Amino acid sequence: MDNLVILFVIVPLGSAFLIPIIGKFIPHFQKALSLLALLFLCTLILNYLFTGNSQCIIYKVAGWEAVENVPIGIYLVLDGLSAFLLLIINSIGFLVVFYSFSYMRKYTAENYFYTLLCLMIAGMNGVVLTGDLFNLYVFLEIAVIASYALVAFGIEKDELEASFKYQVLGGIASLLILLGISLLYWQTKTLNMADISHVISTQADSKTTLFIQIILITGFGIKGAMIPFHAWLPDAHSSAPSPISSMLSGVLIKAIGIYAIIRLFYNMFAITYEIALIITVIGTLSMVIGGLLAIGQWDLKRLLAYSSISQMGYVVIGIGMGMLILISNGDKMVASMAVAGGLFHLINHAVFKGLLFLNAGAIEYATGTRDLKQMGGLAKDMPVTSSTSMSASMAISGIPPFNGFFSKLLIIIAAIKGQYYLLAALAVLVSIITLAYFLKFQRYAFFNKTKYTGSALVKEVPFTMAFSMIVMGVLCLVLSLLIFPGIREIILSPAVEVLMETTEYSSKIIGL
Amino acid sequence: MAYILCFILFLVGLYGVLTKRNLIKIVIGFSIMEFSVFLFLVMIGYIDGAQAPILIEGMKNTEFVDPLPQAMVLTAIVIGLATTAMLLAIAIRIYKKYGTFDITKINNLRG
Repeated sequence: MDNLVILFVIVPLGSAFLIPIIGKFIPHFQKALSLLALLFLCTLILNYLFTGNSQCIIYKVAGWEAVENVPIGIYLVLDGLSAFLLLIINSIGFLVVFYSFSYMRKYTAENYFYTLLCLMIAGMNGVVLTGDLFNLYVFLEIAVIASYALVAFGIEKDELEASFKYQVLGGIASLLILLGISLLYWQTKTLNMADISHVISTQADSKTTLFIQIILITGFGIKGAMIPFHAWLPDAHSSAPSPISSMLSGVLIKAIGIYAIIRLFYNMFAITYEIALIITVIGTLSMVIGGLLAIGQWDLKRLLAYSSISQMGYVVIGIGMGMLILISNGDKMVASMAVAGGLFHLINHAVFKGLLFLNAGAIEYATGTRDLKQMGGLAKDMPVTSSTSMSASMAISGIPPFNGFFSKLLIIIAAIKGQYYLLAALAVLVSIITLAYFLKFQRYAFFNKTKYTGSALVKEVPFTMAFSMIVMGVLCLVLSLLIFPGIREIILSPAVEVLMETTEYSSKIIGL
Repeated sequence: MAYILCFILFLVGLYGVLTKRNLIKIVIGFSIMEFSVFLFLVMIGYIDGAQAPILIEGMKNTEFVDPLPQAMVLTAIVIGLATTAMLLAIAIRIYKKYGTFDITKINNLRG
């Protein structure tokens, strides 16, 4: 397993290279290759999770060994948190590719679609694996440049406009991240995250560090669409083809926005009160304002996009609250409960928001519209779409026994135990708001008396689309098992442990 | 001194991105911002009076400039090229669809 870590980057990158060359001559080559590549990566990561006992694997690229405990090459680090994110990226990616078989038939240039998708997955896998800051920036750019192109894939007016907006904001975010990285290099003369953590802890200049932290929070906040920086998300996520919306909302904002914030501020920088407070406040704002904005939307995908902002707020609150409790010397159990809630909500959100966007795609595929006012009574004609979207809607609004209930419960219990009563109240309130706008979606799309009056003949979507939706719909239910002891230790606990040991991460990597 | 120049360049670029109405001018502003960051990155490794780090026999001056930021800035420039090319490609597509570069007239999406 030790040397297989690099495959997570090489396999999708190689597929992205081969597809446009060979795909031209052999029909269906692009679909088969991307599907097989992602299936292989899924088995690899599941194999690691179930046999690896969550030990930390360090892969030194090109075999550059550390000199006197100072790392000089690029390190790829596979630990509990990385494995957790890799599982999300590759499994959702696999289902999305399967869904795209039928959905993308109406577009031309399918080769380029699968190329860009593989490129995006290669970038995201790289971001969550790398232990080197500049390498993180490079992989992040690979992922986002592919996503810029994928947002504009329909090349109609809306798509192009959304893509331009996304690119300008995303570009500014990338520049801020690069500026933060170069300032950090200036201060510490190293790029390895573990080494930076070590150097900062010995020769701290807290004002410069705070400045760098603010720049990095802004950069990754724009990438992760936290509320003051969210303007691009509703446009970009609603304009992209539906499988891509599902990837963007379900995976991309987590892998390059939230993951980077978690990794850098738990494992690299020493936690400070100011930063913990900023992260919690940003999360609260996202949760409340995103939820309120979602209610008024009539465009289905736009509603889902705003809801993404709101649900990512829950994740960030869990993370920020964990930091607050850790820094104020609170109970470590409560802190780990908050973090576990945040991470659990992250995997849940990837599944149900991915599924909801696939449902939106199925509705658009069958009826040709995204406007909720023009739909109605689709439940009878599209039973699979209707029932899976019901499952996802109940999961996202936190109704037991679906997975969303357990993750929100964990966050709320942690907030009460840590005496953040306002946060707990807001989390409950936003959960009710979420239920409100998903009931609106259910009522107008599926159970309205007024029948859909479009010209297209409405019928159920083809098999591959239905298959992906059913798998994810079942996952919405099955994932709630993750909370129970015995299964929790396999996937969730290793990720939480990595965060709970905070800067000891550094000594584990560079071996001091 | 030169660091202040970087900062001014960054602000000039940001001003361009925020206030200009023409898509191409936004791209230009964005490039100016990008290059201010590159300039900063390459200046980090500079040491006054130091040599390029090439080892040859019989060397007396042992003070070298830091080569790592130079490698980094090369990578960053290549990535910047890809970003700019992507932006321009989309800008040209927008011009074909809307017949204008003026962002106040390109407003299908709101909020």
